[in-house]
Amino acid sequence: MKKPELLVTPHRVEDLLPLSEAGADAFVVGEQRYGLRLAGEFNREDVKKAVELAHSKGKKLYVAVNAIFHNDKAEELDDYIAFVQDAGADAIIFGDPAVLMAARSVAPNMPLHWSTETTATNYFTCNYWGKRGAVRAVLSRELSMEAVIEITEQAEVAIEVQVHGMTCMFQSKRPLLGHYFEYQGKVMEIENRKEAKNMLLHDPERNNKYPIFEDENGTHIMSPNDICIIDELGELVEAGVDSFKVDGILHSPEYLVEVTRLYRQAINLCAENPEEYEDTKEEWLERIEAIQPAHRPLDTGFFFKETVY
Amino acid sequence: MTVTVNDAISTIVNGKRVITKKPELLAPAGTLEKLKIAVHYGADAVYIGGQEYGLRSNAGNFTFEEMKEGVEFAKQYGAKIYVTTNIYAHNENIDGLEDYLRGLEEAGVAGIIVADPLIIETCRKVAPNVEVHLSTQQSLSNWRAVQYWKEEGLHRVVLARETTGEEMRKIKEKVDIEIETFIHGAMCIAYSGRCVLSNHMTARDSNRGGCCQSCRWDYDLYSLEENGEQALFSEEDAPFAMSPKDLRLVESLPSMIEMGIDSLKIEGRMKSIHYIATVVSVYRKVIDSYCADPESFEFKQEWLDELEKCANRPAAPAFFEGMPSADEQLFGVHGKKASHDFVGLVLDYDNETGMVTLQQRNFFRPGDEVEFFGPEIEGFTQKVETIWDEKGNELDAARHPLQVVRFKVEQPVYPNNMMRKELA
Ligand code: SF4
Repeated sequence: MKKPELLVTPHRVEDLLPLSEAGADAFVVGEQRYGLRLAGEFNREDVKKAVELAHSKGKKLYVAVNAIFHNDKAEELDDYIAFVQDAGADAIIFGDPAVLMAARSVAPNMPLHWSTETTATNYFTCNYWGKRGAVRAVLSRELSMEAVIEITEQAEVAIEVQVHGMTCMFQSKRPLLGHYFEYQGKVMEIENRKEAKNMLLHDPERNNKYPIFEDENGTHIMSPNDICIIDELGELVEAGVDSFKVDGILHSPEYLVEVTRLYRQAINLCAENPEEYEDTKEEWLERIEAIQPAHRPLDTGFFFKETVY
Repeated sequence: MTVTVNDAISTIVNGKRVITKKPELLAPAGTLEKLKIAVHYGADAVYIGGQEYGLRSNAGNFTFEEMKEGVEFAKQYGAKIYVTTNIYAHNENIDGLEDYLRGLEEAGVAGIIVADPLIIETCRKVAPNVEVHLSTQQSLSNWRAVQYWKEEGLHRVVLARETTGEEMRKIKEKVDIEIETFIHGAMCIAYSGRCVLSNHMTARDSNRGGCCQSCRWDYDLYSLEENGEQALFSEEDAPFAMSPKDLRLVESLPSMIEMGIDSLKIEGRMKSIHYIATVVSVYRKVIDSYCADPESFEFKQEWLDELEKCANRPAAPAFFEGMPSADEQLFGVHGKKASHDFVGLVLDYDNETGMVTLQQRNFFRPGDEVEFFGPEIEGFTQKVETIWDEKGNELDAARHPLQVVRFKVEQPVYPNNMMRKELA
């Protein structure tokens, strides 16, 4: 069976080699000026180095330009996209159509991955963006396994699915942490804590803890659990999903290397010997559990959960 | 933001500048009654939800029959009806979409407000006479993205609520497309379309109308330290919350009109007829008065006072003037009660006797000071004297919802005028 690409999110340039060795096929990097919720900050120099490193190992490198842009940054896009093309990146990830417009004018041959996170929810719309120039659609995390499989079957573009890590639940343009500290009369607090990204919202009713952080793109609230479907890859591989993403945001680089290694092995086995994979599923999950930080419970996201409306 | 005179939207009449391009005043309606009130009180267009594909699964939603009736009613006033069709659809929602859109076209709606390209493309194929407006759910906030949607053939785009006045001005200058923006009402604190709090917390899909306003709940804030979690609040502080004040841009209307914004939108399909009547009539007055004579226009305090009468939360200009401050959020408070209660709807008035026939909407009794307002009258207050029921029996109070009562009014009133009472 076809093996899906294993896509990961390095924190720093020096993570690319260990992640390559652990079995990653492709990387997402970028800077928060243009990209959303990245594991680490890659300035232009870093992007160039990352492309070289990735290519030297035969891996791909994608640059995230998926923020929601206002006029000021929308006007900088030509320059940034031209840079990304010159740097030799393999694709640009976008959500805002302004990026599509800019790419059409300065980098018409640059492959584009459409990723709006929460709003990529049906195959028609994936194909719509395909007709407008996207070669891949990154699916919403709020979809069931069944919906993901149906989209993959109907899609005329490549399909990327997040299989591991934290997901985003909320983005506001407002600096909500800063505002809370201001309301409390503790303005300095946020300045000192901004880089730490160690704050949690606690929802007493559900007893869940949601990571929350602020950056140039506003305030982000993340899922209380990490998705982990290392033991449920079979149907997705069979359906022909093209890329599995492991998101390392708010985890350590070492953790990401280990998780990458385990997914690499699980994907290989699943594609080469599906029966043995089925028989050993639980062991894969146990191996992830063994390295999982105590404050990040694992779950299966929305793959097996029903939502109503 | 400063008002910059724009000659492209005005003309000179008798030496006086008059605005000829008036923006559309767009009001929400959750029921046929609300739709009629919105139009009667001066909305140029009304947006409603249908039975499917809209984002308020729990707001009043219209059947095709009701839509037809609404369209016919609006026509008499030269007003238009739009239907919100702004979910992000899942595969399972694709079946039935074509029939639904054909139904909208047959009902005579002027346009649909859409977020998902699935619905945009399907509408163009099966219901080509219906205009397609891009919903604020797309969080559209720059002119290049607006340009994209123009090239895709859309008639109108609704901008993200995060767009500032200056940004709107530039968008309007750069792209020749109709622009709609929100001017009043409650709003998401997240970028629209980018919040799935309710999906996680309550298994309800916010992008298909299931939002539970999880952002308005209270949370505790901690930091994760080596030695465990540390609380970032103290007992005397209100908990962390993400509740924004409501939007109110009534004072910014002159700059929006001069920018040439095409449609000014009021939020609130779940709001009462009293809320809709109050808000629509204030914005109607401000728009008309500015457009008739921009040079001598002066903003009146009474307009703000009037809006306060139905406001459930403190209000603020949000992003219009730039990033909203901490003061534009609510900590430890969950809204407030409006200062006035809606107590009666005028059904009829007898010129001879000066008697009003009124449908009771809330408790009132003789001696109460009440206020009448409506599009045909200058608002006035008076004391209620003797109240009679339909059969002429004297009542000690109007106690029953929808009960029809009569009493004397000091000035002529018209059907659908409203009566309200200040809360003690
Ligand atoms: S939870 Fe709040 S921010 Fe999120 S969609 Fe609902 S109203 Fe908007």
